This record gives sequence, C-alpha cells and structure tokens, in this order.
Amino acid sequence: MSHPATTVDPSGPGPGREAGTGVGPHDEAEGIAIARKRASDGKKAERRLGWMLCAPAVIVMAAVAGYPLVYAIWMSLNRADLRLPDDNQFIGFSNYVTILSSPIWWHAVWITLLITVVSVFFELVFGMLLALVMHRALVGRGLVRTVALIPYAIVTVVAAFSWRYAFEQGTGWLAGDSAPLTSQGSSLAIIILAEVWKTIPFMALLLMAGLALVPEDLLKAAAMDGASPWQRFWTITLPMLKPALLVALLFRTLDAFRIFDNIFVLTAGNNDTSSVSMITYNNLIGGLNLGIGSAMSVLIFVMVAIIAFLFIKLFGAAAPGSDSGGRK
Amino acid sequence: MTTLAELNSTPGKKAAWWVADIAVVIYALIPVIWTISLSLKTPGNINDGKYLPTGGMSFESYQAIFKDTVFTRALINSIGICLISTAIALLLGVFAAYAIARLDFPGKKLMIMMSLLVAMFPQIALITPLFKIETAIGIFDTWPGLIIPYVTFALPLAIYTLSAFFREIPWELEKAAKMDGATPFQAFKDVIAPLALPGVFTTAILVFISCWNDFLYALSLTSTSAARTVPAAMSYFTGATTYEVPVGPITAAAVVITIPVLVLVLLFQRRIVAGLTNGAVKG
Repeated sequence: MSHPATTVDPSGPGPGREAGTGVGPHDEAEGIAIARKRASDGKKAERRLGWMLCAPAVIVMAAVAGYPLVYAIWMSLNRADLRLPDDNQFIGFSNYVTILSSPIWWHAVWITLLITVVSVFFELVFGMLLALVMHRALVGRGLVRTVALIPYAIVTVVAAFSWRYAFEQGTGWLAGDSAPLTSQGSSLAIIILAEVWKTIPFMALLLMAGLALVPEDLLKAAAMDGASPWQRFWTITLPMLKPALLVALLFRTLDAFRIFDNIFVLTAGNNDTSSVSMITYNNLIGGLNLGIGSAMSVLIFVMVAIIAFLFIKLFGAAAPGSDSGGRK
Repeated sequence: MTTLAELNSTPGKKAAWWVADIAVVIYALIPVIWTISLSLKTPGNINDGKYLPTGGMSFESYQAIFKDTVFTRALINSIGICLISTAIALLLGVFAAYAIARLDFPGKKLMIMMSLLVAMFPQIALITPLFKIETAIGIFDTWPGLIIPYVTFALPLAIYTLSAFFREIPWELEKAAKMDGATPFQAFKDVIAPLALPGVFTTAILVFISCWNDFLYALSLTSTSAARTVPAAMSYFTGATTYEVPVGPITAAAVVITIPVLVLVLLFQRRIVAGLTNGAVKG
C-alpha cells in the first residue's frame, strides 16, 4: 500500500541519464549531443503516443460533458418552455432572477445542504468505525470485508425501495401505526438513513486505505509507552489519516449534494423534501421548462465547483491523481 | 512487554471483535433480507408488517415479473447497456490510463483535471442538453442514448483505477522490451497488457456496478421500454397504480437485479477492495 512514487523511479527516462559518463573529453560533447537528440526524439514519440492514447477519452468527455454544459448555459439564458415552443427567445439572466428570488429554490438548497452535512457526518463516524473493524478485526476479517461491500454494490433505487416499504404504514416492519414518510422531519431522517446506509462502505474503504499507511511500529511504540487506544487514535492515526479523510469527505460531500435517487423513490420530493437535483428534474421533465431547468443545472454546477474549491484550497485536500498529492 | 497484537488477542477482545463483526453483518443485511422477505410473501400477507415471511411464502411475484415483458425487456436492456458501456469505457480508459501512468507528456495534468471535473460533475446538469441533443440526432430512448452518458461518467473511475494499477507494474520490463527493439506500442501490447489484466478486470467490475446503479439517465433519457433499464422500469411499476403499490413485483425485481452484483462482490471481494482503495487514495 505504499505510494507508487516510493517504489518506482518517478523521473523515468530523462535526458540527463542517457548522457554518457566516463567518456573522454573529446567524445563527451559529441556523445551528449547524440544522446540529447536521441532523447528528444524519444520524448517526441512519447509525447505523441501520450496524446494519441488520451485523445479518445478526452474527446468523449468533452463531447458528452463539456459541450452539453455549454449548451445548458446557453439555454439558461433563453426562455425555453416546451409547452410554449413558439415563445423561444433570448432573455438574459431572467431565468436566474426567477430562480434566485424563488423561496422554493432556496428551500431546496437548504434541504440539500442539511442532507449533505448530516449524512456526511454520520457516514464519517460510522465509516471510520467500519474501517477500523475491517482493518483491525482479529476474527472474521474476510467476512466483514465481504459483507460490508453489499451496501456499496446494491443499486441505490433497490435499497431506497427497501427503506420505503419498511416505513410504509401497514406493509413496513419499522412503521408500526405511524406513517413516517408523510411528514417532513421523519421523511428527511429516512432519506438520510438510506443515504448513510448505502455509502458507509465507500467511506470506510477509502479510510481503510489510509489506515494501511499508518506505521504499525509507531502504534506499537505508543502502546508500550502507555498510550491508550483512544490516545493512539487521536494523536497518531487521525493525523496520518488526514489526506485519505479529506479525499473521502470531498467525494462524499459532492455525491451527497447531488442526491436524487433516494429522494425520488422515498418521497418524490413531497412534504418539502426536494433537493436541488429533484426540483431541477421536476422543472425539466415534469414542467418541461428547459430554460429554468437549465439555469438550475448551471447553479448546481457552480455550487458543486465551490464545494470542490473549498475542499481543495481551504482544507488542502489533494485532488486524487495529482502527482504532488500530499501522500508520500 | 507485549505487542499490540497480543494486547488485542485476549479472549475478551476476541469476543468484542465478534460482536463488532456481527454488528456489521446486521447493518449490511437488514434491508437485503427485508427485500427478499417482501418478494417472497404471498399477496395475502404482504401487508402484515412482519420482517420475515412467516405467514407463508410463494414465488408468485417472481412468476409475475418474468411473465411481464416490461420487466424482461428492462433486464435485457440493463445487461446489454451496462456490458457495452463497461467494454467501451475500459477500452478508452486503458489507453488514457497507460499514458497517464507511464508516459511523460504536456497536458497530462490537464487530462487528470478533466477527469476529476467529470467525476464531480452534477449529472442532473446534463439531462436537458442531452435530451435535446439526443432527440435531435435520433438516439433518444435507444441503447446508444444511454451508453454514451454511461461511458462518459464511467471514464474518470476507469482512468483513476486503471492508472493506479498500471503504476504498480514494474517499469523495468517495459524498458527491457524496448531494448529488445519493441516499439512503445508493442511494449504496451505484449508486456504491459498481460500484467495489467487483473487491474483491468477489477476496474471492469467497478465500472459495471456504477452503470448498473444509474437511475437518473435511465429515467430521463428513455420514454418507452425500448431502452429503459430495471431501476427506471421499477419506478414505473409504482406509477401504474397510485393507491395499490405493487410491492411484490417491485421487490422481486429488486432481488433479481441485486443477484448479479452480489455474486460479483462475493467472488471478487479482494479485488474490489483493492480497486476502490487504489483508485481513490493512490490515484
């Protein structure tokens, strides 16, 4: 589980390496020139191959995510209501004004933030516990690791139906005589429960990878010095876990913010439980108002970008894939 | 002096770990068993509110959904669309990941940033433009209409996971192949590809699971059963009857689409764990 940079020569074939050593002063200049040329030819080929290999993926991502985003921005500046197809026209930022002055939108924003913060908090706590069990369990470790993958693998909609029926009056084993999915507070609690249940394993797996990087010797030494398990966790494990923790939090926060499936199945946005994705969907598919829906989409995109920016800049979460990624 | 392991291995500690294990098993299985239980209850006792089907079991719900072309068609759609999407995403992902893991070229950082951006993309933002574009070019409500967004959103996952695996393959072998006169492409095809297969396989599982899970696109980019996948079709089971919810068929369908992923998880637990942790933390 060590970082690849510690096991693999990261610099690869560099020009300095190929320049011969131990050659006479006369040949040396010539040798270096030849080596440089060879290296630069190799570099050029490498560069070309790199671009060629990346091109298909880049083209697909640009065409399917980039172009439509630009298109969505354009549509958000237009009146585009499928019920009034002849009334299409450029209206500037009117759609944004409409949305941003709408209490329904702001309500959805607060609901989404509430769901995000509460569910990510519980995911973090339970994910950490599960990670510790998966990492440390003296007995049944394989069993725990296998079973814990089940919520990750189950289709969100399937799990959502399971929770919905569990809380449905009459049918549900958890409902009793009440109908918890008909009032706002309990609906939100169930939505959060469904979200947390499904994503604890993902959080736990990322944290477990971080736990594997904590040196066992250090923990042993601390234990021998009389540090309690609690002290060891707070002073050794947690600080070393920080990079993995931030990546996990970033991923989960962005994911929770986009919550749709669970709400669609559990309440369909009734009892004031709509998230921003839910009301955007309703405006697009139910309302057929493409202008308003697109403007909402753009606003969600901006909010997601802000969250990612805050995580990466403020908390120093290393974007996965960046070579300088904080983990050595 | 005792070691950490010894400190933890007293019988009491062992018992405590068993309690933790059991807690995890209960956590993971409670909704699963409940769904299976509902799918097996007879229509007469489906509303008895009991956790287990103690009032009698039957396979009526399963027979009902398999008799219905709405479900069988959706199942074929799910399997076909997800397999094709996985294959394409892997092919493109393998190329890009190889370049990222092994080659040095300008624009690599940009490539990584772009995948990250797509991974963080709010999918809902693409519903309208994709809907408009797909209706314009005539692929709305078809397999390609879903495969295209699935491939796109699977690509970042594929690229991260694969490049993490590729970085662990020893460089020296590739160098040796090049010294023996292999071109960079031959080195890729003959030396690296066979070594990379386990990683590719693992990534395939992760990508398949993520496609299998999609709901939003399946719901928005289809209008008939021509391309509607099971998660979306299930939600239409409910829409058909407003007051009498077809709990039995929905849960039976839920169980059926859960089986393939459960089998994958049980068979390849180690690989899945390695894939998820590699891709995200080592990236």
